Amino acid sequence: MSSKNNHQLKKVLIICAKGSIEDIYASLVLANGAVMEGIEAKLFFTFFGLDAISKKRMKKIHTATVGNPSLTMPGGIPFPTFLGILPGVEAGVSAMMKKQMEKLDIPPVDEFLDMITAGGGEVYACKMATDMFKMKKEDLTEHVKDIITVGDFYGLASGEGTQIIFT
Amino acid sequence: MATKTIDGHQVEVNDEGYMLNPEQWNKNIAVEIAKEEGIDLSDKHFTIIDYIREKILSGEALSLRRIGKSGVVDIKEFYQLFPGAPLKKATKIAGVPKPESCV
Repeated sequence: MSSKNNHQLKKVLIICAKGSIEDIYASLVLANGAVMEGIEAKLFFTFFGLDAISKKRMKKIHTATVGNPSLTMPGGIPFPTFLGILPGVEAGVSAMMKKQMEKLDIPPVDEFLDMITAGGGEVYACKMATDMFKMKKEDLTEHVKDIITVGDFYGLASGEGTQIIFT
Repeated sequence: MATKTIDGHQVEVNDEGYMLNPEQWNKNIAVEIAKEEGIDLSDKHFTIIDYIREKILSGEALSLRRIGKSGVVDIKEFYQLFPGAPLKKATKIAGVPKPESCV
């Protein structure tokens, strides 16, 4: 397909608004992958996505065992919802997910943020969401460059070859 | 597949310029490929290139994370030494295939 605007991708702005393992990792993998390709990357965490950059919560992210129709047990059997409500099951499933990811060389959240920022990627927190959750800059990991408004965020999107990705 | 003359040698490369036969590689070829990428190779670059060749030629998968944990270079310095796309550039200069890793 030919297009007049055949601009190469130069910059991505990635919005992470959800706080489960898979949602946070989708954003982190995209951001790190961009930086590795020499594409400028800016991550914007909002709502429950803030868990990824919260000092208190970043090491405690989970995947949902209730209301998650894609979740299966080893062997591909659908994961029964009534099991998911039992204490410790969600933590166990989440630990298993993290173990599988470690095998594929996918780092924990804080190390992933280290990698992204080492390559020049930038991390931002949403002003409205931090206000809502009563969070301050000191509650967030040192990777966070700034707490910004939606308007500031759009301001970062200038330039040819920029895309905004909502994961 | 194509052949390309680098430093007076005929080497086989793919359409992205990655060498197909690591045996054809030598340090002078590395210097020439690096020049095309706008990099002047230092001893530090060669330490990293040697590490990459050793790992890849022994069949290990390499990722940015592994290189960061290698003790040879940290990720920040790796980005500084091979600006832009470090893993892609370093493997290209090292005469090995581009790693198929997402991390």
